[in-house]
Amino acid sequence: MSTTAALPVGASAATFPSDRMRRAAEAFVIPVGALVVAMILFGAFMALIGKNPLDVYALIYKGGFSSGFAWQNTLQRAAPLILTALCVALPAQAGLIVIGGEGALVLGGLGAAVVGHAFSGSAPLAVQIGMAVAAMIVGGLWISLAGALRYYRGVNETIGSLLLTYIAIALFNHFVEGPLRDPASLNKPSTPPIGDALMIGHVPGMDVHWGLLYGLVFCVVCYVLVRYTVLGFALRIVGGNVRAARLAGLRVGRLVLVSCFLGGSAAGLAGMVEVAALHGSANASLIAGYGYAGILVSFIARHNPIAVIPVAVLVGGISASGGLLQRRLDLPDATVLVLQGIAFMVILAAETLYGRYKVFQPHSKD
Amino acid sequence: MELGWWGVPIAVLGGAIRVSTPFLFVSLGECLTEKSGRINLGLEGILVMGAMSGYGVSYLSGSPWLGVLVAGLTGVALGLLHGTICSLPRVNDIAVGIGLMLLGTGLAFFLGKPFVQPKAPTLPALHLGDWASSPQVQSALQVNVLFIIGVLLALALSWAFRNTRWGLVVRMVGDSSDAARAMGYRVNLVRVLATAAGGFMAGVGGSFLSLYYPGSWNEGLSSGQGLMAVALVIFARWRPLYCFYAALLFGGAGSLGPALQSVGVTSGYYLFNAAPYVLTLAIMVATCSPRRTLAGAPGELSVTR
Repeated sequence: MSTTAALPVGASAATFPSDRMRRAAEAFVIPVGALVVAMILFGAFMALIGKNPLDVYALIYKGGFSSGFAWQNTLQRAAPLILTALCVALPAQAGLIVIGGEGALVLGGLGAAVVGHAFSGSAPLAVQIGMAVAAMIVGGLWISLAGALRYYRGVNETIGSLLLTYIAIALFNHFVEGPLRDPASLNKPSTPPIGDALMIGHVPGMDVHWGLLYGLVFCVVCYVLVRYTVLGFALRIVGGNVRAARLAGLRVGRLVLVSCFLGGSAAGLAGMVEVAALHGSANASLIAGYGYAGILVSFIARHNPIAVIPVAVLVGGISASGGLLQRRLDLPDATVLVLQGIAFMVILAAETLYGRYKVFQPHSKD
Repeated sequence: MELGWWGVPIAVLGGAIRVSTPFLFVSLGECLTEKSGRINLGLEGILVMGAMSGYGVSYLSGSPWLGVLVAGLTGVALGLLHGTICSLPRVNDIAVGIGLMLLGTGLAFFLGKPFVQPKAPTLPALHLGDWASSPQVQSALQVNVLFIIGVLLALALSWAFRNTRWGLVVRMVGDSSDAARAMGYRVNLVRVLATAAGGFMAGVGGSFLSLYYPGSWNEGLSSGQGLMAVALVIFARWRPLYCFYAALLFGGAGSLGPALQSVGVTSGYYLFNAAPYVLTLAIMVATCSPRRTLAGAPGELSVTR
């Protein structure tokens, strides 16, 4: 991997690549370089099983990014990914590795569908807000549970949140196939539909639903919160060193719970978006793995809420091309998972490169 | 002979023996890895890869035992991958475990696609219950050889940790890497080897899923057994013998749903299926504490800090 690629062309003044720019360059070059390495490894894997890697990548581009239709498909998938990635990125500010986004998404979607059906006669906008709030509260409480178990009982939050996901999916299946099942849904057990009036429409001029905008707004709000507010600063102290945070008099438990609640509410909102923009009711289609892919997105973005956006678009595009790979090259639908897995491992291994290259380190002496 | 409701405890007992075997192997593997001071959350991925590769090899070669071996070797390869990446400075072992979980399941679904339909030869069972007249008891006491191997392995590990040079080295590396370094042992090498050996056991545990019970390969084969085994090691306080008891308990919880279904209790089926996860969580809540390190925990382990 080239270490000089990030130097701006024609940098003449001695102080021109400022320390801030060097940091930014490091945070950009290393993940991008790691993704390139991952693509080479995946290409080698494809070559090994007798597929031309260039064909595979051409199809990924075609299926994810080449046309308006492809972009629409990509952004449709990026919308929940942005939100589930925040479910990892926000607790990560406080030093927690939470991987339970799938559970919060599923339960949030269920909550939204229940609220939507119960108030289906009321003013659509009010009900939509109610659905979003319900989904965020349900998702937020669910992830807060993992945070509370961590803080008050010392239960490892990574294992705890994943166990909670399995429990959430079991609860979801129980309600969708039992007490909340719409008798009219024969082949695919679902909750009663929320009705067309409550579906969130498309952004004017684009064939992409409003859910994408929810995600973008959530990201910006979180970025501002983490970077420019006292709360965000306190969160990052907790993430950096819990003992120092305690000595500074911060209420660590409350901060941990707040970060988990915010993250969980993002994933819950993703469930509401999936229900109100695509499926129209809560059913097994909600369990699509967005929670797990969101973990990857957040790690590639190094838990930066703004960087989550482009990474989610990239990962969304790759998964949007899955169908095309299946049809054209006769590859299994898990191809996308393999690429994601390889990318994840390389990105994590690349963590070791931070701070190793002189060109990225602060130069100013004063 | 009709057993009626008595069928439930008998089915749970039989299920405990059947269902516990993958838990037993994975938790013993994780126990070994964690004793060396690293946590491998990717055992879930290794379990699924082991199930796929074992089934595939058994189908292609006709020998299920060769499948078990290959499943173990697949686990070694993935364990080496985890161990090597974690040996790089400033790489978080928990995060790498999550990555390995996703990579392992992805690869298994990808490579295992051709093996979803065909029927591979599976492992034979030992019929220890032929003395009984009731078919339920007979089927409950059908024990697989892997279960017995797992029990012996638990005894062997328990003995080796206390009485062999290797056992002491692994424990020392896990308790204080500084001490190990001062004694001239290569900490990372020991950890990589411990992770690889743990991967072997997890791979074998996976092959049990596909080659004995449930005895087929499909994408929904594992439902977090690998992850629960990690929690189970904490519950067992890093003692191989306790891993065995805990695995039996988990196996029983896991077979509660199907056992109740077999006597006609179908409402709340999904909730009973969640029993193992709830039990895991409850056990972790009961055994963990935010204020003190757990008794028996390896000092270098990040998960208990």
